[in-house]
Amino acid sequence: MDLILPDFGLLFWTALVFVLLLFVITKFIWKPILSMVNEREQKIAESLELAERTKEEMKSLQAENENILKQARAERDGMLKDAREVAAKMVEDAKAGAKSESEKILIAARQSIESEKAAAVAELKTQVASFALEIAEKVIRGELSSDDKQKMLAEKLAGDINMN
Amino acid sequence: MPLKIVYILALLMSFSLFSSGTVYAGETKEEFNVGEMIMHHIKDAHEWHLWGPDHGGTSIYLPVILVDGTSKVFSSKHFYHGKEVSFELSKDEKGHYMEGVGPAKGYALFHEKIYKLKNGQMIIKDGHAENAKPLDLSITKNVAFMFMSVILLLVILFSSVKFYKKNGAVAPKGIAKFVEPLVVFVRDDIAKENIDAHKYKKYTPYLLTIFFFILICNLLGSIPLIGANLTGNITVTMFLALCTLLITLFSSNKNYWKHIYATPGVPMALLPIMIPIEFIGIFTKPFALMIRLFANITAGHIIILALVSIIFINKSAAWGALSVPMALFISVLELLVAFLQAYLFTMLSALFIGAAVEEAHH
Repeated sequence: MDLILPDFGLLFWTALVFVLLLFVITKFIWKPILSMVNEREQKIAESLELAERTKEEMKSLQAENENILKQARAERDGMLKDAREVAAKMVEDAKAGAKSESEKILIAARQSIESEKAAAVAELKTQVASFALEIAEKVIRGELSSDDKQKMLAEKLAGDINMN
Repeated sequence: MPLKIVYILALLMSFSLFSSGTVYAGETKEEFNVGEMIMHHIKDAHEWHLWGPDHGGTSIYLPVILVDGTSKVFSSKHFYHGKEVSFELSKDEKGHYMEGVGPAKGYALFHEKIYKLKNGQMIIKDGHAENAKPLDLSITKNVAFMFMSVILLLVILFSSVKFYKKNGAVAPKGIAKFVEPLVVFVRDDIAKENIDAHKYKKYTPYLLTIFFFILICNLLGSIPLIGANLTGNITVTMFLALCTLLITLFSSNKNYWKHIYATPGVPMALLPIMIPIEFIGIFTKPFALMIRLFANITAGHIIILALVSIIFINKSAAWGALSVPMALFISVLELLVAFLQAYLFTMLSALFIGAAVEEAHH
């Protein structure tokens, strides 16, 4: 029967121990542990949120990067195209310039050749004329060096004239 | 080899569990009485019997504190090593009590209770003593066990707190790794679950304290040799249930009483029946708490002791092959029960408190 009857002594000690235990561990154990757990939970929640936010930011940043890259690529393509055009034009211009220049040079060369030729021909003509005169002089002088020869020339010239 | 282990286990268990075992008692030719041994074990005592026979075995004699006019403190040795007095209980049955000697003179120990002798005698009728009892505040086996459990609990808890103090709010390691999940469990799955969200914080320390107190006493109580049947003692469970009842009543709000005296949705004609039922319900709930814990833990102790007793009833160690595996199985089950009962007591306490502080929402 005394198994199910409370005992005052034990009740007294249980109450004393339990109430003391309740106060001691509430103050020194549960409060610090619960505050630590709460703090950690908050920290974890904040970290998760931060991670989520960072992910979003990364995503937008990536999109931005992609955009910038695309723009840069387009710009580069444009620049390349321009450069190519400019280069082609330059080559074209250079070609055209060179052509006209060479033509000009050719014409000038031709003209100078022509004038040189004319000058050379004129020179040659005068030279030839003077040579011919000299020769003629020398011939005439030979023809006319003796009386016989003068007579013969005269006769010959007379004969030519006669024949005519 | 395994058989040897079984023998050794049986031997060890017989040493540890048979606080009043008379199997070795060569001097007393008493028959081994299972019921008596079990009842002796699950009840409180003034000595901590370790092993050996009732008389001449190894015991730790605990201090007796009596308040009887003046307060008296002496060792319970003066009872257990006092004068044994036999009396006729019935025609063929004899009872006996221990008359105190030395400082215990004038008192007698009968069924582990201390009585004042009247004219140097005990007056026993139908096995019940009719003598007056002094106020007995002795450090009994249960009290000593409670001190030990609470000290161990404090050591565990303070070392966990030390971890947080040292490391800040980081993931727990060491003993804190064991304590924290339980704390979080009680907070989230017991307190938060049953009590309004903005009120549970006030009651969490109480719930944590009963949970850890019951758990450590349950667990230590199932260890042979050092375990006492503390949470299987009606006084202890009564006190704990009383705490829950008082907290429930002191934190109850108007809504709670309205549900008792004018349960919403119940026709007026039924109220004369409903009010007494609801009113009794205030007390039956903690009463059920008290009985549940007491009965579960006591039953566990009884089953294990009874199973081990098979060996001694049959007086053959070979029965250990049957009784040891069964006792082992029940011991493991008791481990589950230790957690389960701590959880149930705390959860139901939270439920009652939650009902008392709940705001009306219809």
